[in-house]
Amino acid sequence: MSRTDVRKTYKLYIGGAFPRSESGRTYLVNDASGRLLANAAKASRKDARDAVVAARKAFGGWSGRTAYNRGQVVYRVAEVLESRRAQFEAELAAGGSSGAEARAEVDAAIDRLVWYAGWSDKIAQVDGSANPVAGPYFNLSSPEPAGVVAVIAPASALLGLVSVVAPLIAAGNTCVVIASEVVPLVAITFAEVLATSDVPGGVVNILTGEVAEIAPWLASHMDVNGLDLTGVTDADLARDLEVAAADNLKLVRRAGVENLDDSPALDRMTRFMEIKTVWHPMGR
Amino acid sequence: MSTTTQSTLADVTASDATLRRFLHGLPGVDQVGADQRAAGLGSRSIKTSSKKWALDLAISMVDLTTLEGMDTPGKVRALCSKAMRPDPADPSCPHTAAVCVYGDMVGIAKSAVQGSPVHVAAVATAFPSGRASRTVRLEDTREASAAGADEIDMVIDRGAFLAGRYLEVFDDIVAVREACGDAHLKVIFETGELQTYDNVRRASWLAMLAGAHFIKTSTGKIQPAATLPVTYLMVQAVRDFREATGQMVGVKPAGGIRSAKDAIKYLVMVNEVAGPDWLNPDWFRFGASTLLNDLLMQRTKMATGRYSGPDYFTLD
Repeated sequence: MSRTDVRKTYKLYIGGAFPRSESGRTYLVNDASGRLLANAAKASRKDARDAVVAARKAFGGWSGRTAYNRGQVVYRVAEVLESRRAQFEAELAAGGSSGAEARAEVDAAIDRLVWYAGWSDKIAQVDGSANPVAGPYFNLSSPEPAGVVAVIAPASALLGLVSVVAPLIAAGNTCVVIASEVVPLVAITFAEVLATSDVPGGVVNILTGEVAEIAPWLASHMDVNGLDLTGVTDADLARDLEVAAADNLKLVRRAGVENLDDSPALDRMTRFMEIKTVWHPMGR
Repeated sequence: MSTTTQSTLADVTASDATLRRFLHGLPGVDQVGADQRAAGLGSRSIKTSSKKWALDLAISMVDLTTLEGMDTPGKVRALCSKAMRPDPADPSCPHTAAVCVYGDMVGIAKSAVQGSPVHVAAVATAFPSGRASRTVRLEDTREASAAGADEIDMVIDRGAFLAGRYLEVFDDIVAVREACGDAHLKVIFETGELQTYDNVRRASWLAMLAGAHFIKTSTGKIQPAATLPVTYLMVQAVRDFREATGQMVGVKPAGGIRSAKDAIKYLVMVNEVAGPDWLNPDWFRFGASTLLNDLLMQRTKMATGRYSGPDYFTLD
């Protein structure tokens, strides 16, 4: 007896759920050679708005966890990704990667998650300081997560997404990610990994759609605290987004070509952390 | 109900038996139908200039409320200044209709809103339970009224109502209205405790017959508080009451309305069911505290074209 394939509907990931776009729109996603892979949801500004609300709601709980616990959760994401690596290798291969390339990308993504997971409870020691002051006070500086960060992910299906998301959530931020416009499908599959690995709903929200349409709403949103422009390739758009972000003094990571195969760096964490300094009277 | 004439309405409160006969003679509510109708009215799309108008109207209908055991004079004063100028950055933003506080805070609120058109509403009659003797409840009302409250929010005795002692509830409302003096009387049913939609309809008619200026859904202390279907029934009741008697009564849903979107659904329903006469702070109010901030955020979004955030508005 013949059987009809049950294909997956690629939807958005907002607040721990997988809704369709509020607008009902979708767009066609092709592989590298132009062959149709699937339809992806085309998010609207209202989806972006809902995602910011979800991220804001999740921020208090997530940033309030101990750094150690956040590290454990990010490590858990790596574990779950490892256990589902065959699915990711297959999806990357369907997108046009060779088998060896796909394996290498999944390896790198898992390693990167583990790397940032380890830094979660160590960043304060490295980036913070005990400051000598001329008075009877302890003076301590420590990095604190900025809040909700909007991210435009680079055009690399898995490694690009992991490279921008892992440092943000390890630092205690919550985020709204616009997945790469050309390779959005693996991002939604990665959302399934996040949803099943103790990452609370709303900590990572993933939108698929047109960057030029959604990004300006996030850049001008007064309840977003940071803007990561890593995946923006259009210089004019990048400039406009930076201008919009200046209104409420968002922390901005500027667009720029970067080689994702390079070793990960701590500046992805520290860029979206703010230094809090406290004075404490010294007892006798 | 349009066949009910004014003379027959005067007779129904003659005795417990006639009142019960009248209230139980009201048409029963089709619960599924009411839910569906309310949900349908809530699906209208209100955009651009209509939305702007609706947001401003909704702000002007808010009874900005603080009813906590931990209320302090400072918090009441802060609430009053917010009621007078909800968005200090924008002078075109309307003021709210009233502030709603406990009876002992009326003096403080009254002096804080002096000279502004914002009213002071006080909850009375052993709010929120209403479980006290009639003497105590009336004294509570007189004190709030003497302190200068423009509006009194009373609770009905749900125990008596559910036990079927309708005339007792009727007499309570009449007595409280007398004790109010010049203040307007809002009658709270606590619909979350009335069990059925039929009871909501009966309570609405009972309160209107007893001379309520406003009928109000809930205290905000019981879940569920105001819902769209319950308010729908009450809006229907005030419409029918005007048809029967020519008198207009206001409606105030309170509790559980937190977003501008919800508030607009209520406005659509009022317009469709009762008519535009009720789209006025004199005849329709929202009892709320967090709702105002969301209305202000949406208003700011309409004005600036970018999304605003809760950081930019005071927490009442």
